[in-house]
Amino acid sequence: MIKFKRIIALTLVMIMGLTFVACGNDTSDVATPPVSEEKDTKDVSQSEPEVKAGKVLNIWGWNTEFQGLFKTYFEDAGLVPDGIEVKFTIVPNEDNAYQNALDEALLNQETASDDEKIDLFLVEADYALKYVESDYTLDIIKDVGLTDGDIAGQYKYTQEIVTDSNGAIKGTSWQATPGLFAYRRSIAKDVLGTDDPVEVQEALSTWDKFYDVAEKASAKGYKMLSGYDDSYRTFSNNVSNPWVDKDNTIVLDDNIVKWIEQTKEFTDKGYNNKSTLWDDQWAADQGPSGKVFGFFYSTWGINFTLLGNALETPLPDGITATSDPDAFKEATEGNGIFGDYGVVEGPQNYYWGGSWLCAATGSDNLELVQEIMRTMTCDPDTLITITKDTQDFTNNIEAMESLAADDNFASAFLGGQNHIKLFAESAKGIDMSNISPYDQGLNEEIQTAFRDYFNGTVDYDTALNNFYTAAVEKYPNLKKPN
Amino acid sequence: MKSISKKKTKSISYSKWGYIFLIPFFTIYIIFSLIPLISTFNNSFFENYMVGLTQIGPNFVGLDNYRAILFDSDLPKFALNTLIIWLLGFIPQIIISMTLAIWFTSARLNLKLTGFFKTVIYMPNLIMAAAFSMLFWALFSDIGPVNNLIVALGHEPISFLQSVNGNRGLIALMNFLMWFGNTTILLMAGIMGIDNSILEAAQIDGANAWKTFWHVTIPSIKPILVYVFLTSLIGGIQMFDVPQVLTNAEGGPNRTSMTMIMYLNKHLYSKNYGLAGALSVILLIITAILSFIVYRNLTERAEK
Repeated sequence: MIKFKRIIALTLVMIMGLTFVACGNDTSDVATPPVSEEKDTKDVSQSEPEVKAGKVLNIWGWNTEFQGLFKTYFEDAGLVPDGIEVKFTIVPNEDNAYQNALDEALLNQETASDDEKIDLFLVEADYALKYVESDYTLDIIKDVGLTDGDIAGQYKYTQEIVTDSNGAIKGTSWQATPGLFAYRRSIAKDVLGTDDPVEVQEALSTWDKFYDVAEKASAKGYKMLSGYDDSYRTFSNNVSNPWVDKDNTIVLDDNIVKWIEQTKEFTDKGYNNKSTLWDDQWAADQGPSGKVFGFFYSTWGINFTLLGNALETPLPDGITATSDPDAFKEATEGNGIFGDYGVVEGPQNYYWGGSWLCAATGSDNLELVQEIMRTMTCDPDTLITITKDTQDFTNNIEAMESLAADDNFASAFLGGQNHIKLFAESAKGIDMSNISPYDQGLNEEIQTAFRDYFNGTVDYDTALNNFYTAAVEKYPNLKKPN
Repeated sequence: MKSISKKKTKSISYSKWGYIFLIPFFTIYIIFSLIPLISTFNNSFFENYMVGLTQIGPNFVGLDNYRAILFDSDLPKFALNTLIIWLLGFIPQIIISMTLAIWFTSARLNLKLTGFFKTVIYMPNLIMAAAFSMLFWALFSDIGPVNNLIVALGHEPISFLQSVNGNRGLIALMNFLMWFGNTTILLMAGIMGIDNSILEAAQIDGANAWKTFWHVTIPSIKPILVYVFLTSLIGGIQMFDVPQVLTNAEGGPNRTSMTMIMYLNKHLYSKNYGLAGALSVILLIITAILSFIVYRNLTERAEK
């Protein structure tokens, strides 16, 4: 009887467990439930116009970032036709959970009923290639119907990354994601005697100088970085080879080794707070009680993650910098450490992340998908409003350059700094030629495996071996190098 | 003539109901147990996994998957982890449960409110293991309440979830908390089944409580003890939910808290049906041997 009970319990729990696995989720937004489905139903009661398109538009993503943008700039702008229901399916990213769920759905795409078919889904740079090189995504020019003129204003690299081997562009993005180093002004003043971005940049312009500042910060009781993975992207996104070579063998790049060495040194000397990306400690370090000098963050990280973590009380719903400037000012002023962050280029140019919209093969709402792509990723007016509202760096070279040159444009969150200027500069240097379809899994596994090494539980070789083991478990077709 | 034959069939037909009542069980068993079992065996002989959106295989590879699991993986390490964590939970569990069972059944102590206590100690078993584990994960995290308390008392915070002993200890503690009530109740049933006259006879012969316990109680409840031991062992082999949630599927530092089923789950998660199948079959064989021992033990007892 117990055994029977245990088996039943085990089965149930395995099902539950699978949901829980992904719980340390990827969005910083703590209030978001791990898996949620949200329906935005338009008023269907009106007499139905003859829509030959499907009635349900299914959008898949791994966090609520695009969902929020879509709501504000597409749905609330009245661009969703009557009688069409937009349904978001959100699966957290961690441990390939989103990819696995998406794969499953895409493989069933042909047999799914029209209302269940995925129409639009989001992908990240770390695994964009996997979908771009498959038949499950549509050419945004030939199939979806955007024109070359529509996408002419975008940053070139955002198109190259989603171009398949036949030259077809398979996705489009509303953002470009150059990375910067966001520092706490108050701590910089204490450590360096200045919070001026130019002088702070001067103090952090090389890794050697960065180490010196870390030592000074440490002497004053601060931590230079929050955790092990904070500087990871500055190294991993500047590698000289993809993670996996032509023979499916994993390649450990020198830059990754540099990250390991640096992080080990920082940990041993107490320059970091031993947190891991996205964990509670890491989020807390970015808030009012944090004692961390700064964070490596790219565009979305500043507006979507850092801003949220910096506030004592979350912003009320629907308030943005342009929609209601007074309410926004009131809600943010003196709230947590709003205004205490500044940004600089840091010791190394890098990029991190990015979200692309892909149209799914078999979609029954192609016209609407085309409209969404055009409005959300090509329309300069929408993009510039998004930047003004959210501080995000959007995908239109001309618009961004004009904001960069605009002395009146300033981010209140960053203490009045024009961060777009820095981003626009940094964006020119982005090179994504060394990405592979395996990036997400391998990045996560190496961070996990080397956490033990940084903690001092295992030696370097064991950690490296553990990484290879976990990598091959996750991707059975890969080989560990001899 | 007609009426007689009618009567005859009627009287015979009752036995068919026995089979009819068994149909639901067998249907469910075949669909949910037998077919998956056979397909697991079948899967274990094929190379069969997904790379992104493309399927590799199935290609027949004979016993390669078994070879990979048995000789080229960390399975022995994970088996040892499982054994250590299980022992850490089981030893205190059997000691505490035995003590409680004796107290609750002791005529001399004659405890009040045993019904209440029995319910209370059984309670943790009613919580879903994953939720229980999530709770501990939050309690013992680096900035969780337990560490806040430790810091408030003037000590250095302890990274429970970054240390080998911390992880294993917490998993064992949870397993202990969840199952000791259940074991207590089983042992009580065993102890209450002992004929009182035997205990009285021992006492009249001058045996003290300790001697009575070792020479009368223990031998009398031996089948129950064996049953508890082996069901717990089989449960231990299948340990998954608690460590999976507590260590976020990573098995703690250097995979020292990764159990065999968690390892199985790693392969299943990447849709590697071949290796996962082979591993399942190996686990099935181990579990089957243990089940056979329980079965033999119990039937032997009945024959005596």
